[in-house]
Amino acid sequence: MSRLPITKTPKVYVGGAFIRSESARVYPLKDAAGEFYANIPQCTRKDLRNAVEAAAKAGPGWAKRTAYNRGQILYRLAEMIEARGGEMSAALVLGGAKPAAAAREVTASVDRLIYYAGWTDKYEQVLGNVNPVAAPYFNFTVTEPMGIVGVIAPDSTPLLALISLVAPAITSGNTVVALASTTQPYPAILLGEMLATSDLPGGVVNILTGFRKEMISTFATHTHLRALGGVVNADERKALALGAADSVKRTHLLKTEDKPDWFADTAQSVYAIRDTLEFKTTWHPIGA
Amino acid sequence: MLARSSRRSFQRLFDQVGPVDQIGIEERVAKYGTRSIKKGAKLWGLKTAVSMVDLTTLEGKDTPGKVASLCQKALRPHDDPAVPQVAAVCVYPAMVRHARRALGSDTAVRIASVATAFPSGQAPLKTRLAEVKAAVADGADEIDMVINRGAFLAGEFGLMQDEIAAVVAACGSATLKVILEVSELETYDNIRAASFLAMRVIRPGDFIKTSTGKTSLNATLGNNQVMLEAIRDFYLDSGIPIAMKPAGGIRTAKQSLTFLIAVKETLGDAWLNNARYRFGASSLLNDLLRQLEKESTGAYQAPYYFSEAAESY
Amino acid sequence: MPALTAAKKSPRPAARPGRSAPELIFGDLWEFDPAPETADPKLKPRYDLFINGQFVAPKGGKYFDSINPANEQKLAEIALATPADVDAAYAAAQRAYDGVWGKMPGRERAKYLFRIARLLQDRAREFAVAETLDGGKPIKESRDFDVPMAAAHFFYHAGWADKLDYVAPGRSVAPLGVVGQVIPWNFPLLMCAWKIAPALAMGNTVVLKPAETTSITALKLAEIFQDAGLPPGVVNFVTGAGGVGAAVMNHPTPAKIAFTGSTEVGKIIMRGLAGTDKKMTMELGGKAANIVFDDAPLDQAVEGIVNGIFFNQGHVCCAGSRLLVQESVAEKVLAKLKNRIRTLRVGDPMDKNTDIGAINSREQLDRITKLVAAGVKEGNEMFQAACKLPAKGFYFRPTIFSGVSMSSRVAREEIFGPVLSVLTFRTVDEAIEKANNTAYGLSAGVWTDKGSRILKMSTELKAGVVWANTYNKFDPTSPFGGYKESGFGREGGRQGLLDYCKLV
Repeated sequence: MSRLPITKTPKVYVGGAFIRSESARVYPLKDAAGEFYANIPQCTRKDLRNAVEAAAKAGPGWAKRTAYNRGQILYRLAEMIEARGGEMSAALVLGGAKPAAAAREVTASVDRLIYYAGWTDKYEQVLGNVNPVAAPYFNFTVTEPMGIVGVIAPDSTPLLALISLVAPAITSGNTVVALASTTQPYPAILLGEMLATSDLPGGVVNILTGFRKEMISTFATHTHLRALGGVVNADERKALALGAADSVKRTHLLKTEDKPDWFADTAQSVYAIRDTLEFKTTWHPIGA
Repeated sequence: MLARSSRRSFQRLFDQVGPVDQIGIEERVAKYGTRSIKKGAKLWGLKTAVSMVDLTTLEGKDTPGKVASLCQKALRPHDDPAVPQVAAVCVYPAMVRHARRALGSDTAVRIASVATAFPSGQAPLKTRLAEVKAAVADGADEIDMVINRGAFLAGEFGLMQDEIAAVVAACGSATLKVILEVSELETYDNIRAASFLAMRVIRPGDFIKTSTGKTSLNATLGNNQVMLEAIRDFYLDSGIPIAMKPAGGIRTAKQSLTFLIAVKETLGDAWLNNARYRFGASSLLNDLLRQLEKESTGAYQAPYYFSEAAESY
Repeated sequence: MPALTAAKKSPRPAARPGRSAPELIFGDLWEFDPAPETADPKLKPRYDLFINGQFVAPKGGKYFDSINPANEQKLAEIALATPADVDAAYAAAQRAYDGVWGKMPGRERAKYLFRIARLLQDRAREFAVAETLDGGKPIKESRDFDVPMAAAHFFYHAGWADKLDYVAPGRSVAPLGVVGQVIPWNFPLLMCAWKIAPALAMGNTVVLKPAETTSITALKLAEIFQDAGLPPGVVNFVTGAGGVGAAVMNHPTPAKIAFTGSTEVGKIIMRGLAGTDKKMTMELGGKAANIVFDDAPLDQAVEGIVNGIFFNQGHVCCAGSRLLVQESVAEKVLAKLKNRIRTLRVGDPMDKNTDIGAINSREQLDRITKLVAAGVKEGNEMFQAACKLPAKGFYFRPTIFSGVSMSSRVAREEIFGPVLSVLTFRTVDEAIEKANNTAYGLSAGVWTDKGSRILKMSTELKAGVVWANTYNKFDPTSPFGGYKESGFGREGGRQGLLDYCKLV
């Protein structure tokens, strides 16, 4: 008699724990053939609120880690994904990707993390300055992470896009609350498991699954989210921008209709890190 | 007007005693943690630490029975007669007479009591002094007082010192320990300055002490080091030896050995005894006993082998 | 308004005749038992040259002994390279540059360097023990500083390999080709990392000669290169004494020469390369001033002075060997310093409690002994810690000369040992003048509670690194290198990378 396999219950990764939605709602995930695969948590605005709380708690500790330590942890995350690359590829295939394309997306995702792992202790050397003011002052500009960043991931290349949006934010010490692709949530579920084994402190990256329309307005109006990134359509852009205006939130939103190419060299940059940084200038007198 | 005056008084005080660099002193104390204590040195350190413990219970739910059993533990921490008695038991004033009854009068274990409206100190001076006198009358050998942190932070150093001096007088022959409550002073500069203010009005052999154990941050290697260095500088300047008691947060034998290394390398051999150095702690004693037992048997010990263990798992 | 009562001063007792001043007792009441580090260094009895990814015997067939300076016992035999071996190393490096490494995308080069960093972290304790056995430095330093810092340098530079567009704003950069490197014996593994990591990140290939007395950890690093799958010839190690070093420096192949060592040898190399178009970086000697003002946090300053001169037995080019202390606190600082030195533990480098280990070689011990004798003869007041020294091996007591004048030899010459010269000053200008009155300019220290004075001092001091309220701090992100006769070029940070590329 053949053995009945044990199926995994998908849970989202929030505050370092694997949870179901507080609403206890799920939606069915089907494989490429249309067969039922698993139930995905249908997170709510309350889950988003809880995730922001978790991110806020983790933030100060993460930002105070040395840049070297953050770099090693991002590198460790890449190690974890590379080692489970087959499983991750299968998750992408489940969503309809061809095996070769899925494998390519996984390796590109790993390389993206390695790229940002290298930036942790360098972006300050590129983006910061000593400023030659015309007076006897030592004047320098340094960067600081903004705080909690909201990320809304697209449906195409769901893993690479999610990682490309999350990695630059956490590189500098921000924490992230991300909403995964609605149609292809499973790679994000797996990513949560890899985050949990990567030495990344719980709460630094929180990944929700569910429906955009139920959470967009909370992403827009939650005042503790200090920046928003993602790929959204025109209506969502407007809603997010309006909400952002109320708490002067920074938005860096790409257009769904532009079909961003996450494999391109331009999809990774020190300027993506800059998007979630504040700049601080200090004046100090020079004199005996 | 007050603000400006208090700024000036701080400035004068800091000029006298000098500043402390936070990063520098924390790097210094981190080196104590890399010392490796083995074999005979470890045994000596563990036994010495046992002899320095002020075995403490400071809870609202303390009863005469709880205090009596603590006293038994203090007199005979372990079946092995080579393990010394602890230095003292430390209790609230209401428990002093129960402790005296349990310990008797013919004992080397001293009774310490936290008087002066511990832990806040927020009672009229008259009340605080009356509490000290009552504790001494009930049989306390040592009084642990709290300083007036409000006075210190407002720059009213004279007021702070006058209150300490009044407690010194109320103590009579009892030893005084002056609790700075370092977490409320916040900076190492303040801890150093407050240490000097206290040392200038207490007697040779009296203590300065880090904490009540009732706030979020208690004894650390950093604030211990600041106070040891203050004691050293005061001693080399005046010849008056002041004793030291870190309290709160020291739970493991390894931690206590690291604190003792700080004493050895800052104040030297003359402070490596319980007249000059104490640990204010409740759970430390059992861990010291566990490690002593491990040293003699070679086997790691489950916590439930030891009486009064907080851990039951 | 509450009345402010005056704070009470210290009740200083009247000095009684016949009563000695209070003193601290740093005796043997609590003597520490030996705490030897027991990890296996996994040494081979014989180390060959590392050329083209393989360990190969030297063409001359000769080997020399590497000894443990702590007990003078032989550790291993090291290959003595011949000029033909140096030729082979350079040929392998050139092939690797032309065929593989120079063309490899930065993203892929980065992965090799990350691997090396991780593999070195994995074997950290083994490397620390090997470093201590070979060089004499205390195990706590090789364990807590040398090895983790070496791994950090590989990790940091790995991240640059695919970000070279950001190194030179407005220009593009390209590797130079093959680089020849010679390093000293004071930080054998760490200097390997400082030299190799930026060179490789930029796309260069390397021929490196470790110091004669400390080749072992470089050759163990070669094992890691093999484990990491680094393409053959990208890094080649040739071992031997000064003659091999000269062959590496003067070879026609390298496009760039990088040297760390004495100013004397640096000048010889520069003369040898005169007329060639080779690029150079020189990290040479120093005689750093460590300047203590009267408002400084004195106990932390004392800690910094100790760390500045006794770290690695004073075998540090940036050691704070000249203490300049403001007159008003000179007596106090000296008293604190003497008390602090009494608690330093000198002895077996493998003991985890040892603060000061063995001098690297008999030759170096003789040099220190000679210069200290000169210091005594000049009439400087000398203080030495009264610690016991092991009977065998090369050891030297922590030594302080006080009342030293600027013209004294111990104030001018680099001793490269645990010997501190104390001078005094009265004003800021005098401190600056004395600090800069040297042909060297590698580093300096400033201790004061006043921020603006720190920046004034760092503006005026002619030194490549200025430490304020700290000393002897290093980081892969922080450029290191000297002014004047302490050399040129920087190692670490963006500036360090620029010394390993050309602008195109």
